[in-house]
Amino acid sequence: MSLVQEYIDKYKDQVLPKYTAKDFQSDQDVRWCPGCGDYSILAQVQRVMPDLGIPRERFVFVSGIGCSSRFPYYMNTYGFHGIHGRAPAIATGLRIARPDLSVWVATGDGDGLSIGGNHFIHTLRRNIDVKIILFNNQIYGLTKGQYSPTSEFGKVTKSTPFGSVDHPFNPLLVALGAEGSFVARSLDRDPKHLQYVIKRAAQHKGTAFVEVYQNCNVFNDGAFFQFTEKDTKDENVIFVEHQKPLIFGKEKEKGIRLDGFTPKVVSLKDGQYSVNDLIVHNEKDTMLSFILARMSSIPELPRPAGVIYAVERPIYEIEIQHQVELATQKMGEGNLEKLLNKGETWVIN
Amino acid sequence: MKKVKNLQEVTIRFAGDSGDGMQVTGSQFTSTTALVGNDLSTLPDYPAEIRAPAGTLFGVSGFQIHFGSTEINTPGDACDVLVTMNAAALKVNLRSLRDGGIIIANTDGFNDKNLKLAGYDRNPLEDGSLSKYQLFSLDITKLTHEAITDLNLSNKIVDRSKNFFALGMMYWMFNRPLEPTVNWIKERFENNPDLIEANIRVVKAGYNFGETTEIFAVQYEVKPAPLKAGKYRSVTGNEATAWGFIAASVKSGLDLFLGSYPITPASDILHELAKHKNFHVKTYQAEDEIAGVTAAIGAAYGGALGITSTSGPGLALKGEGINLAVMTELPIVIIDVQRGGPSTGLPTKTEQADLLQALYGRNSESPVAVVAPATPSDCFAMAFEASRLAIRYMTPVILLSDGYLANGAEPWLIPDVNRLPDITPSFRTDPEGFYPYLRDEKTLARPWAIPGIPALEHRVGGLEKQDTTGNVSYDPENHEFMVKIRQEKIDRIASNIPPAEVEGDPEGDLLVVGWGGTYGAIKTAIEKKRQEGKSVSMLHLRYLNPLQKNVGEILYKFKNVLVPELNLGQLAKVLRAKYLIPALSLNKVQGLPFRAVEIEKKIDEIL
Repeated sequence: MSLVQEYIDKYKDQVLPKYTAKDFQSDQDVRWCPGCGDYSILAQVQRVMPDLGIPRERFVFVSGIGCSSRFPYYMNTYGFHGIHGRAPAIATGLRIARPDLSVWVATGDGDGLSIGGNHFIHTLRRNIDVKIILFNNQIYGLTKGQYSPTSEFGKVTKSTPFGSVDHPFNPLLVALGAEGSFVARSLDRDPKHLQYVIKRAAQHKGTAFVEVYQNCNVFNDGAFFQFTEKDTKDENVIFVEHQKPLIFGKEKEKGIRLDGFTPKVVSLKDGQYSVNDLIVHNEKDTMLSFILARMSSIPELPRPAGVIYAVERPIYEIEIQHQVELATQKMGEGNLEKLLNKGETWVIN
Repeated sequence: MKKVKNLQEVTIRFAGDSGDGMQVTGSQFTSTTALVGNDLSTLPDYPAEIRAPAGTLFGVSGFQIHFGSTEINTPGDACDVLVTMNAAALKVNLRSLRDGGIIIANTDGFNDKNLKLAGYDRNPLEDGSLSKYQLFSLDITKLTHEAITDLNLSNKIVDRSKNFFALGMMYWMFNRPLEPTVNWIKERFENNPDLIEANIRVVKAGYNFGETTEIFAVQYEVKPAPLKAGKYRSVTGNEATAWGFIAASVKSGLDLFLGSYPITPASDILHELAKHKNFHVKTYQAEDEIAGVTAAIGAAYGGALGITSTSGPGLALKGEGINLAVMTELPIVIIDVQRGGPSTGLPTKTEQADLLQALYGRNSESPVAVVAPATPSDCFAMAFEASRLAIRYMTPVILLSDGYLANGAEPWLIPDVNRLPDITPSFRTDPEGFYPYLRDEKTLARPWAIPGIPALEHRVGGLEKQDTTGNVSYDPENHEFMVKIRQEKIDRIASNIPPAEVEGDPEGDLLVVGWGGTYGAIKTAIEKKRQEGKSVSMLHLRYLNPLQKNVGEILYKFKNVLVPELNLGQLAKVLRAKYLIPALSLNKVQGLPFRAVEIEKKIDEIL
């Protein structure tokens, strides 16, 4: 048995304490700008943690570089503030070595999709059991206001005074394209929904990817207000739920219908279409997940939020663990002396 | 009966197209030679292209083996026998053959097309240009076909077994048994009886050809070498490296985690470790070099022995990751199997030019321990030692191997596993008085507090840490203190490693200081010069950071210091700076190891 296992086993019979959100707050002063959307994400994660039935010492929050990546300092769990873009790779190594841990990654649009894009897609592809929360504010905050890989075309920033000519990523599509097994979106200003989505991510077995629309009130204030503010939200966001039709609008008077492969907004009021004509969300439908994710690129359609896609498939580190167990069964527990003496040897007297 | 002549040592080079199976031929000859008890050293020399166009100069693949009844430390300066499968192989390798040496040439590889590709206007086998050598021309391809014509195999398959005909002839010429290769063939082609039959018949045909034809008049005998008593095996540097880490894992009780991106000439470490899952080894073929090192850091944070293997270009990519391990003070080992550079350079050739990169190639003040094995089998000891130091001092350690060590093989006295040094890691469990950066008084290592232990929840990361608490700190005095204490921690390793030992007299006219894979060439040169009565000794450094405490003391006792290196003088620069001595350099950067004679010549110049 390995040394780590011996240590961990000492605590396996302990009774799970009754946690509150406060138990997950560290003693460090939170240093995000006042009014930053990150505060809400932190608060919702801390609220969800006590309900997960996992001992606090089994949580590890890993991050890269950027405003969002300060997240681990504020969680009273194990935390690892890594280097720019590499959090998914650090988390991968940790999970492979320690499949007993609940490993979370806090990242941003620059950290996760630009410098760390490679690790991001490969983590999803392998289906490493880590929970990735991507704080998307469509701007570089910590470096003070350059455009990011999710900034809109034409965006004027410090590094693009004449407007950005970069085409942006759609994070949901990147995640789906990378074979993500759980892909969801939520909003910093919708605490209940955010809590729900975080909880679903925590319960998912495999990589869970959550994009959170997060307001940077210093460098990109209001970037998502049409989706998050009371007077415009109902018209511009559609909250998808498994096996429910796609309905939105202030009075739930609109829906999404498929015209060929193209989603279109239809009215439920004028008698032409009824609820029965609408797309019914199915989290396990791969084709539908791409259609929903693509809706974000079409301005006249509402933005989908919620769990877009959730399926189970083999988890990399669990498969590795199985191989270790199988090899040990078949070949016997490794014996160093045998290893060094295998093959052709000769004796000199 | 043919004449049998006794030889003390022999160097053979097998050379052909990269598709001709020269590496297999060479390794088979090596295994058999090891089994008959000779000491030996090998040098595989192959192109970066997997199957370069047939017959071209850049597609030539070679394998050199030096074996003898005396101690053998290098793959041999000059060959006694050159087995050449085509014209290009002759052209590339002729300069490594000594005057009067034997050439065995496959005439089928010297047709018009071959000659043209090799740049010969006339056939060198026929124009008398090889008269200063003993030339044996024979159509190996045809002889191979004839040996197995009744098996009805495709021409392609038959052509590909011709290397075994050459191997069989060499077995006859040097009086080696066929059984080891016969057994290997049976295992290798387990599922293909036709190939077993064909290859065994071809190797025997080669042997019998030597015995029965009139071509070869002399058979040679190389008696076993007087090696230290014990049980031996043949081992390459990369195998020994992989096993060294497995040994460290077994001894420490830590599971081994390798994060690695395939790169020549380091990939064999990944391949070897991937086989040994029953030792709880987990290998992770990462998406890139950076993921390889950062995953190793994640694994080490979780309580594993985290390692990552690469070559020079990969070490460059891992720099920022290594610094994260410097800052978070986690134990990882980075293996750099050095190759010719810069950039992609010479991927399959050897060099020692990453020393300064290993010591200094990261931003800011970034002290890490650096160790280097001296011979292929020493890779085992130094991989083990690198792991021991990483764990004891909670620090990244770089293991500097090189292409020559990695692929070279030598007999290895198998160590007694019960006598390996102890590695005794412990994880912090007591929350009382716990601070993530409260250091051990002796080693200055911080506690290893792995996730899963209650009440030790804490945060680490790449931002500067406050002394003791480990909280983020921008305090100027604290930063300077931490920079110094990270350095001090590495410096203190010098108290926990054996002192440097001089081979030869402890003082004299000249000390030859080496490191890494040049050991064998330096040793051969030194012994020769000492026999000639010259006052010359050697010091081979296996610890490059920190240097052993007595290195200065040793250097000051010699009138001259010479540092032969496969770079432009990197260790010499370090020694000059640290000890203020006018160290001389001998440099070679051709992608090839030193020949002993090159070092001898330099010694003669100085003394």
